[in-house]
Formats: sequence, structure tokens, C-alpha cells
Amino acid sequence: MEKRVFFKGWWLPALLVAPQLLISFVFFFYPSGQAIWNSLFLPDPFGLKTEFVGLDNFRFLLSDPYYLASFKTTVIFSTAVSVSSMALGLYLAALADRLIKGAGVYQTLLIWPYAIAPAIAGVLWLFMFNGNIGLASYYLKALGYEWNHTLKGDQAMFLVILASSWGRISYNFLFFLAGLQAIPKSIIEAAAIDGASFWKRFGTIVIPLLSPITFFLLVVNIVYAFFDTFGVIHTITSGGPEQSTTILVYKVFSDGFVSQDLGSSAAQSVILLVLVGILTVIQFKYIERKVHY
Amino acid sequence: MKHLKAIIASIALFAMFAGTSLQAKVEIQWWHAFGGRLGELLDEQVNKFNASQNKYTVVHTRKGNYSETLNAGIAAFRAGQHPNILMVFEVGTASLMAAKGAYVPMYQLMKDAGQSFNPKGFVSAVSGYYTTTDGKMLSMPYNSSTPVLWVNKDLMKKAGLDPEMDLSTWKRVGNALDAAKAKNIEMPFCTCWHSWVHLENFSAYHNIPFATKANGFAGLDTELSFNSPVHIKHIQTLGKWAQEGKFKYMGRRNEAGKNFRAGECMLMTESSAGYAGIKKEAKFEFGIRHLPYYGGTEAPQNTIIGGSSLWALSGKSKEENKATAAFLAFLSKTDIQAKWHQDTGYLGVTTAAAKKTKSSGFYKANPGTDLAGIQMMRNKVTQNSKGLRLGSFDQIRGIIDEEMEGVYSGKKTAQVALDSAVRRGNVLLRRFERANK
Repeated sequence: MEKRVFFKGWWLPALLVAPQLLISFVFFFYPSGQAIWNSLFLPDPFGLKTEFVGLDNFRFLLSDPYYLASFKTTVIFSTAVSVSSMALGLYLAALADRLIKGAGVYQTLLIWPYAIAPAIAGVLWLFMFNGNIGLASYYLKALGYEWNHTLKGDQAMFLVILASSWGRISYNFLFFLAGLQAIPKSIIEAAAIDGASFWKRFGTIVIPLLSPITFFLLVVNIVYAFFDTFGVIHTITSGGPEQSTTILVYKVFSDGFVSQDLGSSAAQSVILLVLVGILTVIQFKYIERKVHY
Repeated sequence: MKHLKAIIASIALFAMFAGTSLQAKVEIQWWHAFGGRLGELLDEQVNKFNASQNKYTVVHTRKGNYSETLNAGIAAFRAGQHPNILMVFEVGTASLMAAKGAYVPMYQLMKDAGQSFNPKGFVSAVSGYYTTTDGKMLSMPYNSSTPVLWVNKDLMKKAGLDPEMDLSTWKRVGNALDAAKAKNIEMPFCTCWHSWVHLENFSAYHNIPFATKANGFAGLDTELSFNSPVHIKHIQTLGKWAQEGKFKYMGRRNEAGKNFRAGECMLMTESSAGYAGIKKEAKFEFGIRHLPYYGGTEAPQNTIIGGSSLWALSGKSKEENKATAAFLAFLSKTDIQAKWHQDTGYLGVTTAAAKKTKSSGFYKANPGTDLAGIQMMRNKVTQNSKGLRLGSFDQIRGIIDEEMEGVYSGKKTAQVALDSAVRRGNVLLRRFERANK
């Protein structure tokens, strides 16, 4: 069944893959190599002198309880962001798919938040929950609930999850909606005629047929939660209080660019690189098997 | 013929460039962290300098907050694209000092440029921060402030208190907070810059070490020591007030200033430089008091500064360094300093500026504005009150803030939190020592 094309000679295929190889080298292999190399050194901030320390940067990191806690924070944060934004995205897509009138308007409005950059989304939510001037914190107070995310770790976590998921719901909505619309109506109608309820149809037809998209979104959302939520965390909590919202990527930034400890920052990047590698292998090896294309 | 043309053209070209380089002013770059009102005042200083002579032009650029400016400067230095002058806040001082070769020391810069410059003209509590142990001044003090107690007199009256009551000790402050709480005042006490006010200045004020080796002045092998019984007592008191709802935590930096200016907070510890904003926004009668201390201990020592100094970065031409020297000498002039002091609430960093301000009657017209200066200079500076010189200190402050949040939320006792902050901070100090030996 598969089509295979064979080239004669080697220079044409080499030429054709060269741009991709070049890009991979410049934007992936070279920086990764630099990170691995730098993780073995302890430089001073100005780059005036540097000392080879072997694996000391890694030893230093792994003996830091706050670094280990940051793994747990990252897992909680990424899971919460991915699951909540995907579940809500799917829910809204299922509703919008059944619309008969004004579907375009609803869809546009639901996609809107995706156009907002993470850092700006962070500032918007921060305004609403600001202890001085925030509307949300004002009403919560009126209800007798004291809101102070600068001091309470669980509230801070909730707020960064909320702000990170918000724009993401739109993205997931868009893909789920496309997925739903690609399911042939005839299958659903056939099931309906056979007497399957909405939930039965949803569970046995729609969900399995959506699985390629769900898998794609799972990968993309976890990558998002790992790397792109930086702006939200930086604007809302700066990783606090007591590092309760410091995810791994944020720690790379704060140790490297706030504290100027480039050795430790590079070591963290290397650990992160390995971690994401393992995660991707797991996703493709175990989860992808359950996906029906 | 062809050759001749080429020769004429190159001579003409050469003459053109030679001409411009004779006429052009030397331009130097200054990176700083000031926006808003402070940014306007800074711009005014630069314009004044540019207009005062025709040899040099200073171009200033805002690079974000203090930390961002420092980081931008360091990154630019690594790339060889750094400015002539970099504003560095007091916390970054040790990092620069340790980076020998990254800057031209102030005394050297002035000597090479033939500028007359008198380091003795600076208030010692300020210049000491930026001077080596053998008396060499490395950077130029720019803006310096010190923490004071701000009082909302209207709320004091509402709490049934005399707004002029004695608030010199933390015990008296505690009594005032009890009264305010009893009268249901929402926010009896708040504070900005937790570590700076309640540990760093607290140590100097009570003449106890914040860190060994003269707070780091005498060597990189310094260790933190802010977990003494007196420190613990104070942080525990703050934790207790937080639990009882007398002290509201608003954030690590100067977030609480908003609550004070809005008239919600009765007593606030904040930098003397909060003056510009409070004077502009407060719709109530406010007062300025000395930072409280613990009675029973000795009379208070002096407080220390926060703020920034200007560093001349290395790797610039002789001409540009001359321009830098001329500009920095201009900034330390008495009338420039006196105006800056009066406009902003920052300290007058030269003794002459402080004197001039006094003789102009400014302190009489604006009561309380002289307290910060008095508080800094009332005693001879000791080893414990000269300032702090600790590497990775921005990060250590972050650790202290984290641990103090644990105390305020009631999760940790002051003892546990401060012990942990000292332990974690020492790890960073050792790492800094290793990277800079």
C-alpha cells in the first residue's frame, strides 16, 4: 500500500533535506549543545571568567528541595491546564456544533481569547483578582471569602491555571469543532435511528472518532503548559508565594536571568530537555496506540 | 587619469570624515530604571547637562525595573554592546564589585579624566556602600533612600488615638494597632520591601549583624546571621499581627503603598522616597516618623540605604570615559543634588546638598522630610550599619520573601523560616564565592 520513491544518486535528496537540517542545527542542535556544554561550568555573570565544575551544577540542583518541589508543581499545573482547557473546549465545541442559527457569531466570540498574548492575559486576570482594585476579589470578600493570592499558594496556583487555560480553551474549541464537523452525519444518524441516546452516541462514536485530534491536542497542550505559560506566571505571581507557582521553565528563567546563575540555568535546561524527550516518547509509544486514525 | 580621480575622491572622503569627527560631539549612553515622575526628573537632569556644554551628549534609555536594567546591562556586556553608564540598584552592588574588569572604578575614571572629584563630599552612610574597605570609591551614588514610618493621621483619630503619639518603639506601634483593630480599622499596618525594612535595616538599626564578615564587606566568605533572637522576635511579632488581622500582606515590593495612598492603611513602613507619590495622591493628613525599634535595646543605630548607583562600564574609548566623568561630576553638583532630594524624597547624597536644602527652609515647609537624613546620619556608622555587600543578593532577598510569606500565612514559625532562609541563602553565597574567587 505504501508508496515509496527512490532517488538515484545522493545529491538531490541531500539538497532537498538540507534546509530542514540547517534549521534543526541552528535552532535546535546548536543551542542544545551550548546548554549541555554550559551546564558543566560555573561562570560569573559578566562572562569574565568561568570554571569547569563537572556535574556539580546537577548535584547542586538535585539537592535543592525547592527544585524537586518544582517538578510536582509542574505536574499539577500542566495537568490542570491541559485537562480543564480540553474538557471545556470539547464541551463548547459540542454545543456550538449543534447550533443552527448564528453559529458563526458564537464561534468567532469563542475563538477570540486565543488572540490575546499570555502576558496580557496574565495582566487582565491579575487586575480582576488584585487585592486592592480587583472586582473579583471585591465580590469574593463580600461573600466572606478572603482572597490574597500574594500570600496563599493554592489561590495563586488557581489563578495562574485559570489565566493559562482561558486562552487555551479557544484553541482547543477550534480543533474539536473541526473534528466534530468532520464526523460523517450519516453514522450519527444511523446510530440515532437504532435508538442510541445522545450520550451513547457521544461515547461510542464521537469520542473514538475524535481521538486523533484529542491526542494531538494533548501533546500540544502539555507543551504549551510546560513552555508557553511563562508570561502568565511572570506577570501574575513571579513564581510565588513560596515558589508555589514556580514551574520548571520559570525556574530556568529566574535562576538564569534574574539571579544570573547561568551554570545552574543551563543544567536545568538539560534536565528539561531530557524530561520532554521522555514525555514525548511515552506519549507516542503508549498513548498513540489507542488512537484510531 | 583614472588613478587621479580615485585619489581625489579618497582625499575628499577622508577630509569629510576628519571634518565630522572634529565637529561631532562625543555621545555616551546611560541605561537606567526610572519611569513616571522620576523618569521626567532624570530626563531634566540629562537635558541640563547637554545644554550646559557643547562637547558631550548623554543619551538615556529606560531598560525596565532595577533587576531588568541590571540584567540588560550584563547581557549587553557579554555581547560587547553595553552602555557607558549603567544604573545598578544597591542589591546588585556586590555582583558588580566582584566583576573586576567589567567597570572602571569611579576614583580611577575621575583621575584619568582630570575631573576634580571629592569622595568626602558624599554622606558616608551612602558612599560607604559603594566604597572598598580600603577607601576607594567604585561607583557614584545616584538615588538613595531609607525606610521610615508613614502615618495616616485621619485613621489615627478614627482609632481614638492621638495622631502625634509616640510611635518610636515597636511596642508602642503594637498598642496603636490594638486600638485600631478594636475600632475595626481594616488595615492597621502594612509594609513595603519586607526584607529591606524588617531584616536588613532592622539589623543595622539595632546594631546587630545581618551577615558575618562585616555584612560581607570584609570578604566573600560571609555567612548570613539574621536568625538571632532579636530578629526572630520581630518577625514573629509581624506574623502574630498578620494572624490577628492587624497587618495585611500586600506583596513583596511596594504594593502596599497603593493601600496607604488610598487611605486604607493606618501605619506603613516604606522608603522615604514614597514621599513624591504620597504627597501627590493622599487625600488625608499624613505624617512621617522614624522607623520604630525595640525599646530595652540600645538607642537605635542608623538605618541603611536602598536605591542605586551609577557604574562606568569598561571597554570604552578614552574620549567617552572623559564624557562619562564630566557627566557624573555634573550630577554630583550641589544644586542638582539639592533639587533631586527635594523633588523625590530621596536623600541628599552630598553633605552640601543637605545643607543647602536646610538653609532654603524646605524642611520647615515640609515637616518630616528631614527625618530620613537624620535617621541615617545620627550615629557614627558601625560594622553592622555600613550596609550590605552580599553576592546573589537579589536571589537571597527572594528566598527571604518566600520564607516570610510562610510566617505571615501562619504555616511556619519565625524561627523555622529564618533558619531556613539563612541555610538556603548561605548555599547561594558559597556558590557566588566559588564563581568569583
